[in-house]
Amino acid sequence: MGNGLKKLARSQLIIPLIALLLIVVFNLIRDIEFFSVTVKTDNSGNSVLSGNLISILNGASAVAIMSIGMTLITSSCKGQDISVAALAAIAGSVFVSVLRSNEITISVIILAFLLCSVVAVLFSLFNGVLVAVFKIQPMIATLILFSAGRSIAYWINGGATPTVSSPLLTSIGGFIPGIPIPTPIIIMVIFLILISLVLRFTNLGLYTQVVGINEGTAHLNGINPVWIKLIAFIISGICVATAGCITVCRIGLINHETLLLDAEMDVILSVAIGGTALSGGKFNLYGSVLGAYVIQALTVTLYAMKVPSAAVKSYKAIVIILIVLISSPVVRSYVVKAYKKLFKKQEQTEIPVKVS
Amino acid sequence: MVSVTGGVVHKESDNALRMVAMQNDNVLSMRNINKSFPGVQALKNVDFNLKKGEIHALMGENGAGKSTLIKILTGVYPKDSGQIFINFDGTVKEINVKSPYDAQNIGISTVYQEITLCPNLTVAENMFIGRGNYRMVNWRTMKKKTTDILTKLNIPARATQQLGTCSIAVQQMVAIARSVDMDCKVLILDEPTSSLDEQEVEKLFTLMRDLKSRGVSIIYITHFLDEVYEICDRITVLRNGELVGEYEIKDLPRVQLISKMMGKDLDDISSLQNKKSIDEKSDASPVYEATELSSLECTNPFDFKIHKGEVNGFTGLLGSGRSESVRAIFAADKITGGKIKINGKTVKIKKPRDAMMHGIGYLPEDRKRDGIVEDLSVRENIILALQVMKGFFKPFSRAEAEAFADKYIKLLGIKTASMDTPIKSLSGGNQQKAILARWLLTNPQYLILDEPTRGIDVGTKVEIQKLVLKLAEEGVSVTFISSEIEEMLRTCSRLIVMRDRKIVGELKGEEMTQANIMHTIAGEAV
Repeated sequence: MGNGLKKLARSQLIIPLIALLLIVVFNLIRDIEFFSVTVKTDNSGNSVLSGNLISILNGASAVAIMSIGMTLITSSCKGQDISVAALAAIAGSVFVSVLRSNEITISVIILAFLLCSVVAVLFSLFNGVLVAVFKIQPMIATLILFSAGRSIAYWINGGATPTVSSPLLTSIGGFIPGIPIPTPIIIMVIFLILISLVLRFTNLGLYTQVVGINEGTAHLNGINPVWIKLIAFIISGICVATAGCITVCRIGLINHETLLLDAEMDVILSVAIGGTALSGGKFNLYGSVLGAYVIQALTVTLYAMKVPSAAVKSYKAIVIILIVLISSPVVRSYVVKAYKKLFKKQEQTEIPVKVS
Repeated sequence: MVSVTGGVVHKESDNALRMVAMQNDNVLSMRNINKSFPGVQALKNVDFNLKKGEIHALMGENGAGKSTLIKILTGVYPKDSGQIFINFDGTVKEINVKSPYDAQNIGISTVYQEITLCPNLTVAENMFIGRGNYRMVNWRTMKKKTTDILTKLNIPARATQQLGTCSIAVQQMVAIARSVDMDCKVLILDEPTSSLDEQEVEKLFTLMRDLKSRGVSIIYITHFLDEVYEICDRITVLRNGELVGEYEIKDLPRVQLISKMMGKDLDDISSLQNKKSIDEKSDASPVYEATELSSLECTNPFDFKIHKGEVNGFTGLLGSGRSESVRAIFAADKITGGKIKINGKTVKIKKPRDAMMHGIGYLPEDRKRDGIVEDLSVRENIILALQVMKGFFKPFSRAEAEAFADKYIKLLGIKTASMDTPIKSLSGGNQQKAILARWLLTNPQYLILDEPTRGIDVGTKVEIQKLVLKLAEEGVSVTFISSEIEEMLRTCSRLIVMRDRKIVGELKGEEMTQANIMHTIAGEAV
């Protein structure tokens, strides 16, 4: 038990877990009803789970999925991709434009998803080549798509913000008839399982971290840093396409201006909260996913406290400052020092007793 | 009780030291300087004396402690013990340098190999930034003062010129002028000529002679022996963090300087001869054979071969190209030409992975930069190379990896809290053993060890040499490079001598003596 605790204290998961715990405790004190999950009947007559907990898990899905790709990019490239939200808008636009030109069936949806994934991967690879081959700072390289992305999305659907509606899409963005859990949560779980399998059955984790920590060593041990970085961008592209499609299905239309607006910052923040240094190196995918839930839990809590929506962001900022400060190396080393001082004092007071 | 008299005694010795320190018109005297870093004693009771108006060469191979000594003098590192005295104005003072800024104010300035000024500011701005003057700037006086000093020192630059548009040599001169203008008494030049051409070096030397005549004392660090004999008055040689000696330049011929830098005095060398038996196995085809091999970093094509179970070495002073050559063998730098045969068969080795798949292992010279993956565990660091060879889609199970790591941690006696400890928290020697374990695990037929014994304790050094000999007995071919010539004599059966990025000789068996090596390096007849 003690050993397990020690291991946890050293692990990267500690910060998101503490943050999540604090939010939970805060809510328990504030209003114990906050976490109640009830069964409701929705518009189409399905009985579904509802409550703050569900809306946290559901609402965070898109950011959580994108944070998986972002974690790999951060770890290997020592920088962030700020174009993910814009890229999600492109993917969403492609998705909608394919759906609108066909009758919506399951196979068309799958085709549309595959097509928008390919498009997203290609755009992501564009970023990847700039970063990995031309060695441009990730933030600068992705700034291009960050500014151009939503314009490209605008162009794909001829400037309109078309709606798509089909019971099939509703079941992807909302609930599949008969299953009380929102589908985005299920997709998120599938993604987590997939990525765990990838980490288990390939060396992606090891290679990515080696490249991120020490490219020189990676090169001399036969790892090609360029490929590893490109793989990170490919995976990110798939994640972004998925996030874009989920969001389109949820709201039933594509608006290239507002789809997942500002989400890239939430994604980067979840990676940071998740314990992956934004300067690259060791990463923790589960931490990033957990980070996404922390952010969403915070948002939902603030809404539940009836904070006006315009003010939510500033409250969020305050809490985030606290989380980031706690996890900063300066504060950490200060805590360690303080702990050691306390510990040493005890030792010193013990020694004279032993001598006498 | 002891402490009281101790204090008095200490004070007396203090005064005595002060007297000794400041005789012979020394302007600077460092006494009994000690400094240790985790796992290494970088300086052991080192003394250093600098006279007024002299150019004093500080010589030594890598890891000798030159830069540590300079960094202590300029306040980059605090010293563990020892004293530093100065005598700039007739009175002897003990100084305690806390920071480079502090050193500047005292009158000790450093000009580094890489220019540390701002290339996009003007020469005048560069002369005056960072001098503790936070008041309003008077551009006109600044410009005038700069022009004055530039003409005084004969530096071909204008005050309003952007520094970046000057040549590297002039930039360096501006840096020197800046120090001089700040009234520096001791000027440290850390390898200033490494990126200059001959004419530029000559200009720099003229400036140095000029400063010397103005009474500035210069500490000069370089790896070029010619320069030392051209411009310096005295030499201090360091080796392995210890003072070898302080010499007048006329009393120390080249060969002796090299022998002092590398170890063992010439007198002792004869006793070490004849121990080596020749175990060349030249009848079988070589394990590795390269013809006209060249890479981006190793531009002079060279031929090289090594036989089964042979241990050979590349020797030469720092910068002679020995590391670049072995990096070319492993394809660590981009290969630009050459033919390679492994066991008689022509193969293509274009990247490190090719070399690894052909059974070549390479332990790099710079462990920190190219060897360890700091934040990853000892286990991950050990299995890395074998894992890469096995392939991306075939990761070792946790149990397999632990078994490998456990076996080699025990075999090499790697001292670590656990195999999950991040490798950065191990001592240098144990980190090195872990990297060695990484390559042993790949079961190589040819292992290249570039400075495997650098920066580690004596015990581990001996262990590594024994291991090399044992590997050779088991039929592994080894290339062993070390700055310590004794280690190479003990382990190698063939030595390739390099100077100025070219192979200048090859020594076998009986010929392998320290004297021979030094003569070959110096380019003189034996």
